[in-house]
Amino acid sequence: MSTPHVLLGLLAAGSRHGYELKRAHDERLPRARPLAFGQVYATLGRLERDGLVAAAGQDRAAGPDRTAYALTGEGRATLDQWLSTVEPPMPYVASTLFTKVVVALLVADVDRARTYLIAQRAAHTARLRELTTVKADPAATLSDVVAADFAIAHLDADLRWLHATLDRVADWHREVHP
Amino acid sequence: MTQLQARGVVRAYGPTPALRGVTLDVTEGEIVAVTGPSGCGKSTLLHCLAGILRPDAGEVSWRGHRIDHLSEAARSRLRRTEFGVLFQFGQLVAELTAAENVALPLLLAGTGRREARTAALTWLERFGVAELADLRPGEMSGGQQQRCATARALVTEPRVLFADEPTGALDTLTGEQVLTQLVRLAREQRTAVVLVTHEPRIAAYADREIVLRDGLVDHTGLGLDVPLAGGSR
Ligand SMILES: Nc1ncnc2c1ncn2[C@@H]1O[C@H](COP(=O)(O)OP(=O)(O)OP(=O)(O)O)[C@@H](O)[C@H]1O
Ligand SMILES: [Mg+2]
Repeated sequence: MSTPHVLLGLLAAGSRHGYELKRAHDERLPRARPLAFGQVYATLGRLERDGLVAAAGQDRAAGPDRTAYALTGEGRATLDQWLSTVEPPMPYVASTLFTKVVVALLVADVDRARTYLIAQRAAHTARLRELTTVKADPAATLSDVVAADFAIAHLDADLRWLHATLDRVADWHREVHP
Repeated sequence: MTQLQARGVVRAYGPTPALRGVTLDVTEGEIVAVTGPSGCGKSTLLHCLAGILRPDAGEVSWRGHRIDHLSEAARSRLRRTEFGVLFQFGQLVAELTAAENVALPLLLAGTGRREARTAALTWLERFGVAELADLRPGEMSGGQQQRCATARALVTEPRVLFADEPTGALDTLTGEQVLTQLVRLAREQRTAVVLVTHEPRIAAYADREIVLRDGLVDHTGLGLDVPLAGGSR
């Protein structure tokens, strides 16, 4: 989603090749959606077109994987602008989890909705344990811990919501199907 | 191997039923989370398992022997040697220093003074509070007290640790540090832990989770009473 800005951020410390950017991305954002090499080059291409990065050093002819890129002044300004913009805190409740529970309640009976909630809770709990193990590993880097923490906090919030909703599902069903 | 066993444990406070027939096994060295909404009976169960409370009916056994019938003296002997207990608010002895508090269970179990002090200092060190050894609880923060209380609960290397919301009064990061260390040390010395909590992220440190609801174990699939793939083992 913000891959262009991540790449700009990684270039802020100095010029890098595409494969170095990919490696730095994976190291600093260990639990992010995987970033393909193709995506790195495609994004660099767009950033170059928009004047936010420029090829640094030569070997241009040798292809994109031999080219190092550097941040331009405009690129730095774009990055600063992005970093100083506060994200709107959850303007919409946009989660498939939430939507699915609502739809389950619309089309099915209470038991069906409850069964879904319980199964979802088990899946969330399994993932929460997995991440807790990753985090508690003495060999984990702080990048690992911070990323796992982010996921844990969100899963924990989902689980609290799942619990509360399990307790409310019968009343809620009556409201939806008067 | 099952070490601690509860069979149909029932307990009420006057007219209020707290446990209505709870059956539960704890095997050697495992970490079991007990979760459920407020008032569902978690603390009462923990107290029955640890021999602090006597069930009205049902049985609690330790290594194949009933303990619910033992005298108060025999049960408190068990708590001094095989069991450790840890509550939300450490409950350190106010008149004693951190080192004296941690050494206390060892002294009560007959360990010599010098040896007990050495062990206490080692355990304070493990929880990162060695520098507090000579302070009294009144001179420490809540988080520091809880680290000392955790050290005290583990100093006898009990076979089971009963922990009731051990990090409930701490901020997220401090709670996590205490819990991570508690779990790591418990696993190292094969101390089983019964961990009462209402927080999913705390329960996630356990190998399995038992959900209580209105004094009964919930069997609707809510409790994850099986070790999951990717569990913390
Ligand atoms: N000392 C007591 N006297 C009377 N009733 C009690 C006593 N202790 C607990 N109860 C009642 O027994 C029931 C179970 O209480 P318990 O403390 O075991 O719940 P809990 O699951 O630990 O709750 P919480 O999450 O709020 O700590 C509740 O209805 C509670 O009101
Ligand atoms: Mg309680």
